This record gives sequence, structure tokens and C-alpha cells, in this order.
Amino acid sequence: MRVVAAMSGGVDSAVAAALAVDAGHDVTGVHLALSQDRRAMRSGSRGCCTVEDADDARRVAGELGIPFYVWDLAAEFSEDVVDDFVAEYAAGRTPNPCLRCNEKIKFTAVLDRALALGFDAVVTGHHARLADGELRRSVDPAKDQSYVLGVLTPRQLAGAAFPLGGMTKQRVRAIAAERGYAVATKPDSHDICFIPDGDTRGFLARRLGALPGPVVDAATGTTVGEHQGAYGFTVGQRRGLGVATVDQRPRYVLDIEPVSRTVTIGTADQTGVGEVRTAPPTWTAAAPELPLRAEVQLRAHGAAVPCEVRAAGDGGLRLLLDGQQRGVAPGQSAVLYDPDPVRGDRVLGQGTVLGTA
Amino acid sequence: MTYLDHAATTPMLPEVLAAMAEQWGRVGNASSLHASGRAARRTAEQARERLAASLGARPSEVLFTGGGTESDNLAVKGIAWARREADPRRRRVVVSPAEHHAVLDSVEWLAEHDGVEITWVDVDPHGRVTPAALRAALGDGEDVSVASVMWANNEIGAVSDLAALADVAHAVGVPLHTDAVQAVGQVPVDFAASGVDALTMTGHKLGGPMGAGLLVLRRDADCMPLLHGGGQERDVRSGTLDVPAIVGLATATALAVDGREDRAERIASLRDRLVAGIMAAVPDAQLNGPPLDDLLDGTPEGGPGRLPGNAHVSFPGAEGDALLMLLDARGVECSTGSACSAGVARPSHVLLATGADAARARSSLRFSLGHTSTPEDVEQVLDVIGPVVERARRAGMGRR
Ligand SMILES: Cc1ncc(COP(=O)(O)O)c(C=O)c1O
Repeated sequence: MRVVAAMSGGVDSAVAAALAVDAGHDVTGVHLALSQDRRAMRSGSRGCCTVEDADDARRVAGELGIPFYVWDLAAEFSEDVVDDFVAEYAAGRTPNPCLRCNEKIKFTAVLDRALALGFDAVVTGHHARLADGELRRSVDPAKDQSYVLGVLTPRQLAGAAFPLGGMTKQRVRAIAAERGYAVATKPDSHDICFIPDGDTRGFLARRLGALPGPVVDAATGTTVGEHQGAYGFTVGQRRGLGVATVDQRPRYVLDIEPVSRTVTIGTADQTGVGEVRTAPPTWTAAAPELPLRAEVQLRAHGAAVPCEVRAAGDGGLRLLLDGQQRGVAPGQSAVLYDPDPVRGDRVLGQGTVLGTA
Repeated sequence: MTYLDHAATTPMLPEVLAAMAEQWGRVGNASSLHASGRAARRTAEQARERLAASLGARPSEVLFTGGGTESDNLAVKGIAWARREADPRRRRVVVSPAEHHAVLDSVEWLAEHDGVEITWVDVDPHGRVTPAALRAALGDGEDVSVASVMWANNEIGAVSDLAALADVAHAVGVPLHTDAVQAVGQVPVDFAASGVDALTMTGHKLGGPMGAGLLVLRRDADCMPLLHGGGQERDVRSGTLDVPAIVGLATATALAVDGREDRAERIASLRDRLVAGIMAAVPDAQLNGPPLDDLLDGTPEGGPGRLPGNAHVSFPGAEGDALLMLLDARGVECSTGSACSAGVARPSHVLLATGADAARARSSLRFSLGHTSTPEDVEQVLDVIGPVVERARRAGMGRR
């Protein structure tokens, strides 16, 4: 196969590219320049696609003896991921930009371009298993990234390859070290790549300005404070609410209402939800028959919980959870899995959370 | 492999390799006073004289540098500083927006950090600076420290008439620097006859080594140094002379200049065949820069108005990046002809300066032929260009 290896400059994508070469594919390395204003150097585990990252990727491509190019997708990333991120927060929702990036950038913009240019697939360093069109969790549960790939469609998966899904992160680093790649010890990146200082609230405040509104305590029904922007809150959040309550019991964000900009908080016993409604779902394979028993994961690092998946009248899904879940934020993806302890839980598909009950 | 990127760098000539190899085995710092030092000095000075002869300059006008970038920086900053020190009213520099980044970024740095004001000279649609445009930009010249206009453009091959431009600059008392990196060995370049005050050239574009260049600087031109130290080069440039590189530079320049006419004719005819073939394969392709048969002053004596090895073509609807990648995969090496910032191709500032739109600038490729180019190289491109353009068009132009 002729494949594009998306090379971020990190250890995962370096090893993924190397394994693609070992497997006998005709590999071309591509680094995605996603930021309009690229920084020269990376600082620790934050940020991405700095010039230094591009150089790290180029260095590995050089060792592999594969062609290497930088593709400038800054405009696409800015519109489809960053602007979407800001708009979602402005609408009182909590988006997952990594999932959006996989959906719109890596497996739309990059994949479409690769296919048009005569390649067969895009190889990435994601930790997930993909075989026979079935997307499954990585063997390394701590590093599993199937959640942020749950949005991919059969057509997108047909053009994807994830060589790392069958190995642990430790093994990935060991392979990189055996091959002498300097990126073997490069820190994992976490946080949101386009917010290099990690201050999401500050980033949103710069983009959206102050949008004050009331903080209402559902436990007492009273307004207990004012906030400077509902975008600074996420459903389920406990810290940094900036309000004092009379009973000293911790409060959690229950709801964000974007029109009146009301942030509603409440006590732990008010946070549980038993039902999740989603927008019309995407499926990784042919749409399954509903209703159906499955597990649902409601955020990137959350545990999966059993549920019954039913069709809702509007084309979306109703997920009836077996137990109560906390911190289910609209805008996040509810990714559905078919549990399989042997081959890895299979990703069925996902729907964006619209609301809870 | 079909190497059509000679404007980026061109293979070293075998005579140059041999001459440099001989020098590398020797010891001696050209500034030392003993026999080894004197021998090194003699070799360096012989090379200086040879270079002066090749370029129509006096030996004392030839300053060795670490390449074109350094020479451009030295000329632009050094002359601007020296002339402003002599007269504080001289705050302006006059440059063309089609200059190489070594000049552009130097003046932009001066503007950002040193209170210098930039006046941009218009370039015509072919990418050259006319005497009228320079005259307009200079005004009465009283507040201008230096003007800089490249002899030949590295992207679209436009050659300007430096003798005419030097007359214009001197009429208002302004010194003129020219970046002749792409011109030497390609078109007739005579420093004294042109009248320019400072001229940049570099070794690796004409069969010499990388990291070796010259600033040819008139003896009466004031120029402050960038590098302070031993003062080896007329106190304008310090650093131990790299004698092997200097010998390589002199050997390459002599060969390039002496063989220029025959080589230029041969390369131009290959280039013409390449452009004709591309136009036949991709009828809506657009040639950028001057016409292929352009003459600088309308007569053959003035030399060509376009670099003989330069073919710069836009392929509407296809991205330069994609074209380059597809050609690379088929063994054809060329350039997007655009400045590359950290590996991200930007639309060519040169094409934009000629008035081309961003889409045309982004869909362009530069093929540059040189002394090792063959008819087979041209055929190799023509064999693949049609399908490559078709494929790149399928991938579209992205959203930039
Ligand atoms: C017109 C022009 N000026 C300056 C330079 C820089 O020369 P060097 O590579 O020797 O620093 C180049 C080539 O890169 C060039 O084409």
C-alpha cells in the first residue's frame, strides 16, 4: 500500500511510521502544520506542531529514508476545530477538540487529500486496534484512544491504519529507543494542543470576552453569585465555582443555559443522571439494530458503563444507563462499545450528548 | 534522478573538488607571519585576484564572506548604518519587494529594531525594477542610506538592468547594492561597468562550495562590520579566511564566467524545450516572469532579460506543494519557488510582488536547469507532468 504517515514529531507517530515501513508499505511522512502562528520551540508536554516538532518528525523520516513534507492545514484546523471549540463553549457545551480533529482534519482533510494524491491510507500513532474494519480499544487501557476515534465512519476507517493498537506505550518507547530515535523519551503531549499554556478559561475569555451571568444554587433555588462567562464551566465541575454556600456541602455544575447565561449548581446527590440523549449518531460499521445492550463512555478518560441504547424520535439516541452517572456534559461524545475482553471492546459508534435526565 | 533545482544549489565542478582537496591537506592561517601562513595568504590573494578578474572588480574590492546571506546582511545593514552615522537624516532604505529573504528580512529587522524606514520599489509584471520605478522610490535621495535591487531574481528569473539603476541611484547620491547570487555565471556581470557600489555573490550556485561568498565593495563605500574580530577583510569582515573554500570559489567562478555564453545557450535551449513541452501537456499552464527570449536592453549585447535556466510555471487549480511531492515521488526534483518558512510553503512573495494573485502564486513550480542538465532531464519531466498536474488538481487547493 502507498500510505501517508501523519508524523506529529512525537514518539507514537514515529514508531507507527516505522512499523508501516517494516510492514513493506510505501510510506510518505507528513507533518501537519495546524497553527497559524507557529512557535519555534515546544515547552514540555504542551502545545503541538512547533517548528521543533516538525524537525523531530523530519529527523525520524530521514532515518527511515522516507519522503517527508509539511502540509499546511492551519486554515482548516482553525475553522473546524478551534472555532468549533469556541462556539461550542459559547453555546454552553463542552466539546472534545481531539475528536473533532480526528473527524475533520486527520480523517477528512488529510485522508481526502491523500486519497486524491494517489495514496491508499493514512497511518497514525493512535492507540487503538483496527482490523477487518473493526475499531477496538488498545491493549494498553491507560493509553487507549478509541474514544477520540469513535466518530469515524466505515469509509474513514477504510482509509486508516493504527499500527500501535496491539502494544503498550512502554513497548512503543522501547521500539523507539532500540532504533535510536531521540523522540523515545519525548514527553507525551496532553492538554489541548492549541492552548499551550493550558489555561482554557483564559483562552476562551480572550476569544469571547466577558459574558457575565448568574450562578443559581438548585439546592436552595437562590442566586448565589455572578460569573464572567458560562464558558468557564463544565457540567460536573466542582472546583473553581467561586461561590460560597451556606451549608458547606460541595457544589457541582448541573446545567449551563446559554441564552440567560445561567450556571446552575447543586449538591452531589443532584448530579446523577440515568438517561442521556444524543444527536443522530455515527456508526463505525453498518448501523446496528436498536434497541441494543452496550457500554457507553461519556468522556475521554471516563469509565464505560452498561446501558441500553434506544432510538429517539428525532434520529438521535436515548441511552438508559444501568446506574447513575455524574458530570455528563452536553457537547461531549457518548461513545458506544460492545465489550469484548479478548479482542478488545469494539467501538460501535457515537452520538454527541444533547441532554440528560 | 532528475535534478532541476540548480537555483537552490548546483553540483560542484570536478575542478573545484580537486582544487579544494589539494588545499585541505595544507596547514597555515593566512594571517600568520611564518612560511605556512605566508603560503596560505598567497593562495588566498591569488584567488582574490582571480575573482576580481572574473567579476570586473579590483582585488581590493573583493571581501570574502560566509555566503550570500552574510553578504546581503553586511551590505544592507553595514551601508545603512555607516551612512546614517555620517548623516542622521538618512533613515530610509529603498528595496524591491521581490528581493531574497536575506535582503528583505535584513531591512525588516532594521525597520523593527533600528528606526529605519523602508520604501518599496515597484517591480514590473515580469518581476524587474525599472529605472523609473527606482527614481520614484528614491525621491531626492537625501534621506536614503542605501538602495538594494537584485541583479537576477531567484524565483522567476527576471534580470534587471543594474547599470541603468546605478545611474539613477548615483544621480541622487545614493549607493546601490545588488544581490547577484543568481546572476554571476548566468548573465554578463561586470562590477565596474555596472557602477554598483556593492555586489553579493555566493559559491554554491555556480559550482563552488557552500558557505563561501563575496561582497564586492567599492573602495570608497562606507560599510560597518557585522562581525568584529581580527579585521581580516578590510576591517569590514573578520574571521580566519577559509582558504580551501576561497580557492574553490575562485575556481568555480572563473569556470562559470568563462564558459558562460556556450553554457547559457545550451541551458536556455533545454529550458525552452521544457517550457514548450509543459505548455503542450498542460495548455492552461502560465509562464511567470519575463518572456523566454527577453533581452535586457532589447539588443543581444545587453544579455538575456531572463535567467537561461529558469522556468517558473503556474498550474491553475493545483497546489505547488502537491505538484512537488508527486514529482519527487517520480524522481523529478524541483521547487515550489516559494519561500519556505519552517517547511510550510507560503505563496511566493515574488509572484505576489509582480501583481499575481495568491492562487497563482500558490500553484507555481520552479524548474531551474544548470550545468549538468541534459535533454533526458527535460524528457523525464515531460513524461510525467500531465498526469501529475491532473492528480494534483484532484486534490484541490485547500482552504488557505
Ligand atoms: C538571490 C539569492 N540571494 C541570496 C541567497 C543566499 O545565499 P547563501 O545560500 O549563500 O547564503 C540565495 C540562495 O539561497 C539567493 O538565491
